[in-house]
Amino acid sequence: MEQVEKVRKQLEKAKEEVVDLKSLNDLRVAYLGKKGLITELNAAIKEVEDKKTFGMEVNALRKEFEAFYEEKKQEFDQLALEERLAKEAIDITLPSKKIRRGNKHPMTRITEEFEDLFVSMGYTVFEGREIESDEVCFQKLNLPKGHPARDAQDTFYLKDEYENYLLRTQTSTAQVRAMEANKEKGPLRIVCPGKVYRRDEDATHSHQFMQIEGLVIDENVSMADLKGTLELFCKKVLGEKTKVRFRPSYFPFTEPSVEVDVSCFQCGGKGCSLCKQTGWIEVLGAGMVHPHVLEMSGYDSKKYQGFAFGTGLDRFAMFKYGIPDIRTIYGNDLRFIEQFDRLEDTK
Amino acid sequence: MKLSRNFVKDYIDLDDSLSIKEIAEAMTAVGNEYDSAGPLLDCTKLITGEVIDCYDHPDSDHLHVCKVDIGKEVLEIVCGAPNVRTGLKVIVAQVGAHLPGGEIKAGKIRGIVSNGMICSKAELGLDHKFLESKDKDGIHELPFDTPIGVDPIKVLGLDDEVIDFELTANRGDLLSILGMAYELGAIYHKKVKEMDLSYQEAKEKIEDSFSLQIKTQDCPLFLAKKVVGVTIKESPDFIKNRLIASEIRPINNVVDISNYVMLETGQPLHFYDADRLGDTLIVRNAEKGETLTTLDGIERTLNEEDIVIANQKGSVGLAGVMGGLSTEVEEDTKNILIEAAIFNGVKIRKTSKKIVRSEASNRFEKGIDPKRTYMAMERSCHLLEKYADATILSGRITYDHVNAKDSVIAMTMQKLVKVLGIDIPEKTVISILEDLGFIVEQQKDKLIVTVPTRRLDIHIEEDLIEEVGRMYGMDNIVGKLPVLPVTVGTFNKTRREIKNKLIGLGLNEVFSYTLISKEQVKTFTTDSFTPIEIADPMSEEKTTLRYSLLPSLKDIYDYNKARNIKDIFIFELGKGFFCQDGYQEQEKVAALLSGDYYLGIKKTPVDFYIMKGVVEELLDYLGYQDRYSFKQPEKIPAEFHPYQTAEILLQGKVVGIMGKLHPNLGKEDIYAFELNLDKVLQNHGSRMTYKEIPKYPSIEKDVAFLVQKDKTAEEIMTTIKKAGGRLLQKIEIFDLYTGEKIEPNQKSIAFNLTFSDPKRTLTDEEVMELFHKIIKEVETKHQAEVRDK
Repeated sequence: MEQVEKVRKQLEKAKEEVVDLKSLNDLRVAYLGKKGLITELNAAIKEVEDKKTFGMEVNALRKEFEAFYEEKKQEFDQLALEERLAKEAIDITLPSKKIRRGNKHPMTRITEEFEDLFVSMGYTVFEGREIESDEVCFQKLNLPKGHPARDAQDTFYLKDEYENYLLRTQTSTAQVRAMEANKEKGPLRIVCPGKVYRRDEDATHSHQFMQIEGLVIDENVSMADLKGTLELFCKKVLGEKTKVRFRPSYFPFTEPSVEVDVSCFQCGGKGCSLCKQTGWIEVLGAGMVHPHVLEMSGYDSKKYQGFAFGTGLDRFAMFKYGIPDIRTIYGNDLRFIEQFDRLEDTK
Repeated sequence: MKLSRNFVKDYIDLDDSLSIKEIAEAMTAVGNEYDSAGPLLDCTKLITGEVIDCYDHPDSDHLHVCKVDIGKEVLEIVCGAPNVRTGLKVIVAQVGAHLPGGEIKAGKIRGIVSNGMICSKAELGLDHKFLESKDKDGIHELPFDTPIGVDPIKVLGLDDEVIDFELTANRGDLLSILGMAYELGAIYHKKVKEMDLSYQEAKEKIEDSFSLQIKTQDCPLFLAKKVVGVTIKESPDFIKNRLIASEIRPINNVVDISNYVMLETGQPLHFYDADRLGDTLIVRNAEKGETLTTLDGIERTLNEEDIVIANQKGSVGLAGVMGGLSTEVEEDTKNILIEAAIFNGVKIRKTSKKIVRSEASNRFEKGIDPKRTYMAMERSCHLLEKYADATILSGRITYDHVNAKDSVIAMTMQKLVKVLGIDIPEKTVISILEDLGFIVEQQKDKLIVTVPTRRLDIHIEEDLIEEVGRMYGMDNIVGKLPVLPVTVGTFNKTRREIKNKLIGLGLNEVFSYTLISKEQVKTFTTDSFTPIEIADPMSEEKTTLRYSLLPSLKDIYDYNKARNIKDIFIFELGKGFFCQDGYQEQEKVAALLSGDYYLGIKKTPVDFYIMKGVVEELLDYLGYQDRYSFKQPEKIPAEFHPYQTAEILLQGKVVGIMGKLHPNLGKEDIYAFELNLDKVLQNHGSRMTYKEIPKYPSIEKDVAFLVQKDKTAEEIMTTIKKAGGRLLQKIEIFDLYTGEKIEPNQKSIAFNLTFSDPKRTLTDEEVMELFHKIIKEVETKHQAEVRDK
């Protein structure tokens, strides 16, 4: 018994010197190894009188040691793991490995926004040609050759067919194209966004720009329906508080014709530099399709009437994003395009 | 069109309490927009004064010191004008006055205090073209009977207000004071006053000394009268001032009267010196190549589209556009032939576009009320008698193929409601139409409306509805949403998806111009095509419609590069144009890639294979997996690298090009591709169906072949595919090696092959057997050997 007690005491002392995994394993060898102290006690069992008690004592001591060993080993393993992880520390502030990101051009953003809105109201996006005949671009829109209203649209005619073929000056050509394509000569609901061209260039005019034209033909659509439609559209695009104002105007292809103003979205109508202190900004031209235009494309103007509206998409983009010069839009400076890089709250 | 308030007051009583802005706004509300509205001369604190003393400034060789009596006080003013002298009545701007040139402040000029300024007419803001020579280099001298201490602008008769209208093309009738009076009358419910057309006629008849021949279809109405014994002199102030307010330069009483009447009635007139003209006037189309010297002294060459006025000797004027030099009214003119006519507006428009857009041509283009032609003739006789001492010969030469009649249009209340979408009481509709000067006859279910000839823009019921709408207020229409059957709207989804895909792959979308230069249009392509050119381009850089989008992208690259932007990854989706059996438009997508594709500490520059990846990704997404291939082109555009360019083929047909750009085009590596979308999208995007996920494990094998350098990967892959058969699910190249460890003319390509069968687990033996078969095939077909066997 004394022998066991002696080893235990010795072990208690030795335990205090265990500082790492190596000293722990050394201790294990020293006590449980082939010539270990506990192994030797075990061998001494057969030499003592009270074998049973002695055996129990030795066994208890062994178990005690094993428990100690396990506990310590876990402790050291944990430490070693922590040490390793610490070594793997990185500078999380270093730059990310960026995957290149592209951006939609703002003209595409605005075109898609308009398309989606009208598509949700049952309009079909109708696409016309950019090269058109004088007939489709002007004559069938009630602008015969020599009509003074042609002055507003200085035209690029094509070289070989002067005054016959041209680059379209307005997306209103879609009215003619859509009506002619409709074999039944029945109801229509279209919008046509696209590029248009005029011989004109300054800070607010580009020789190439974009318009969107809308056309609804049915038996009973009126100026009131036109106003309601444009009110809804302007609210969705420019904000729920937007008000719409009709002013009489003149376009050869609509009768009556109106200019459409919206309450200034910068000042809310109080007056600012954007709206030139008037509280209103002119954004669209619209009206009831002229009966001659309907007739020229094969429609019965006694049965059908329609409304049409058109606006410059560039103009909307300039207002919406606060772009002062239209040439910025077509300049394609990447520092410009890369600004349009995220989702937008369009409420 | 500039509207003088004083002028229009001759024909309508406008409440003096209405401000000029209010009038302008009221006109805008009925569809007549304005650009500006305000006083003719925008000056404050001006007063008339008399120079009671004037002596030379002691420290100057040109300045004068003046004592100016302005009634309430005597001001000391330093003045530099050469014509200042004691006894003059002058215009004084007092301290604090605002003139177009700025505010007048008290101050010392070379030591002497000056309390104001003695003004010239130019300093009041009168345009230079309206100044008489005496007004150009000195202060204005007021008449000696001018009272002291009053408003000099009133004394000058320039106390007028002006609205500058931007009229719509249909309202030619508003290019006259009378037309404006009718419009304002409709707004303010006032009647338009009668014009004084009275004059005495002499016994002598015009027919005795003059004859007219109309030899063209382009002149439906021509009136001529003759007056004799005119005195050419200065016009009375009211005529000069009203012309000035209307932006027309006064010249002499006779010329001014022709302009004055044009402003009043909208009918342009022409006065010929009757003695220079001779006894015959002919209206005809010009002969091709005919020449004529116009009033401005320029010799013009004409063609059949131009209408000319001629006498026995030849043409003497360009009808409706500009008179000729030879028959001009001059200082010594005594007898005048007055022309009041209507010419074909379309022809006038053509001629004037060529020569000069004038007040007259503008009116002919927009249309003239034939009744005004007669009225203008009478009015000019009245004024010539009154202000030029003219004797008017009796009779008039009249050629009238118009026979103007008021138009009668029926209109129903149902149609009005159907078009405007609001209910306006019939009573209101009738009073609006009557205010416009129309005659309304009420029948049981319709209104019969008689529209006077001056309203050339009103032809159909809808026109009348617009009149009612604009006077009632278009903005009083209450918006509602149309009630239409539910339909599904559609849009071009594919185009959007292509854009989204390329944006997702890191490319920025650009929008460039369709018009490029003649030289550019043939670049970046070897296709033979006929380009489309513009007849009247704005510049050399924009003459031709582009065929490929790549020249534009290269321009954008250069633009950004010049601004030190490093990475340029751009694409555009747009049309290419060419001529072949008509004008063709083809949708294309093009991209240009340069710089680092991946960013961060370890950057990855774009290379051929990243670009190829972008192309494949797009084609895969469009549903063309395994159906495209790449081929070395026979002809390579000069803008591409001759050894790093490929044609893109879809099911064997060329649909595009991709490659590195030629080093001549830029210092850095630039890659670009273009696809013809019309060709690509012909049969894209078949329906997607589910394929069973493999239940049985697959076995992978790696092998590297040593082959000759010029052997393409595709050739070897084709052999492997064929030998591998149905069990070979996937081939990947995972390594490419050239270098010291192998022969210089060799390369090593390492393949990873995946074998599986959807129905069972493959055995090692059968895979090995297949694997060896593949190796053998490659070795024999391509003189290859397996590396590191």
